[in-house]
Amino acid sequence: MEKKTGIFEKIWFWIIIAFFYLPILYVVFFSFNKSKSLTNFTGFSLRWYERMFESRPILEAIGYTVACAVIATVVSTIAGTITAIGLSKSRKVLREAIHQVNNLPMLNPDIVTAIGFMLFFTSLRIETGFWTMVLAHIAFCIPYVILSVTPKLRSLDPNMAEAALDLGCTPFQALWKVIVPQIRPGILSGALIAFSMSFDDFVISLFTTGPGVSNISIYVYGNVKRVNPTINALSAILVFVITAVLIIVNVIPMIRERRKGKNVSAEMAEGGAR
Amino acid sequence: MKSFSKMVYPYVLWAVIMIIVPMLMIVLYAFTVEGNDVLTFQFTLNNFSRFFSDPVFPTVLWRSLKMAFFTTVICILIGYPTAYVIARNAPSKQAVMVLLITLPMWINMLVRTYAWRGILSHVHMSGEIKVYIGMVYNFLPFMILQIYTALSKIDPALITAAHDLGADNVQTFRRVTLPLSLSGIVSGITLVFLPAVSSFFIPKFLGGGRYVLIGNLIEDYFISTGDWNFGSAISLIMAIIILISMYVTRKLDRQPAEQEDD
Repeated sequence: MEKKTGIFEKIWFWIIIAFFYLPILYVVFFSFNKSKSLTNFTGFSLRWYERMFESRPILEAIGYTVACAVIATVVSTIAGTITAIGLSKSRKVLREAIHQVNNLPMLNPDIVTAIGFMLFFTSLRIETGFWTMVLAHIAFCIPYVILSVTPKLRSLDPNMAEAALDLGCTPFQALWKVIVPQIRPGILSGALIAFSMSFDDFVISLFTTGPGVSNISIYVYGNVKRVNPTINALSAILVFVITAVLIIVNVIPMIRERRKGKNVSAEMAEGGAR
Repeated sequence: MKSFSKMVYPYVLWAVIMIIVPMLMIVLYAFTVEGNDVLTFQFTLNNFSRFFSDPVFPTVLWRSLKMAFFTTVICILIGYPTAYVIARNAPSKQAVMVLLITLPMWINMLVRTYAWRGILSHVHMSGEIKVYIGMVYNFLPFMILQIYTALSKIDPALITAAHDLGADNVQTFRRVTLPLSLSGIVSGITLVFLPAVSSFFIPKFLGGGRYVLIGNLIEDYFISTGDWNFGSAISLIMAIIILISMYVTRKLDRQPAEQEDD
């Protein structure tokens, strides 16, 4: 691609960015509104934040969301990694079959996957609630973990684990000390995908949870009909937390890389001088 | 090494129970009469004939498909130039631009759509247009990122070669850049069309309650009405239509590649 960008291209890009950020800024702005209105800003106040922290349903929803995301991430990351390692050593037929089955929840609309779970749980007379929601989250997260670990396994030298076993490692040691460290980036990105999918999930949670158990999305969905500025405060806090985390996660490697790049170019310059 | 392959077995069992069985349940419910027990099924096609005999349901289905189709088209029309602009920048700038596009995606979709409700309450427009804005807003980043990924993989030497061989900018774009980025458009279509067809909170938040899509129907039959058999039939019809459209879209992607091989 050519590397000349005109003024129109810049304007176009910033219009798109403005479009993406407008609702986020809007909701943060109105979370500080004094009145209940979502359209008229009448003055600065923190009352909706106070109201939010006094609201039991909101605090519970946050608690359920975080707990569910943490459990689903841990379980699906471990299960997905183990399965991906196993798959890399299995026959092609099985690998293809699992791949096709994993495609089902990924290619189906969420609502289809969700009602599948709902019919499944109720037919087995399992009372829906927090744990059925967690189970469903684990189920839809594992395929993503497998998908993100598998490419790392493909580039792995198969002789390494073999060598470890020959040198007296137990299979578990070979797994933990030889394979896992080499595929760590894949495991981490799988865990990150799982966490964000679980944290933001709405449709599958709505159909698999039981009475009295709502995550953040379900709470927002249920309270959207009435004008409820505490949702703005909740949204704004989510925006603050997620932005902070994302900046930390994204900017630190960028700075590190830039430094590394500088070091490398400095070394190269030195090498050239010699 | 063989022992590692055994680590798949628990997941095979899990996948059968948690993925395949729930899907079969939908099919089972769609073809049976309400109130059947786990052991006694009464098969029927009534759920499907009911769907197609009442004009309301096909109308809603058609509306959803139309809406998803135009949402996808708008996303391509806006997303392609955006991805193109990003890909034309220096690599270090590209990373920042992509980050700017992805950041909002981390914030809950419902929260962002809810915010649009506040913004759009300032303007007078039909519920339909508001739903379109909400859909494009939610799904555009997926399209941009897919097309960008395809564009960034194009070898710049190919563009230079096209110019050297006498192609002007338009020709280069049409004969080199566009065909090479087609795979990105196709995967973008999958990521936009699919959730757009089945979306139900976007029409609910922005359509003013009057704009019903197929996802709203399914939700109603499962959560409010409690007619799971008919709800399953609707889901099955939707899933089949989506499968067919995905199959057709993928064909579109493969054809040019096959031609290249010849």
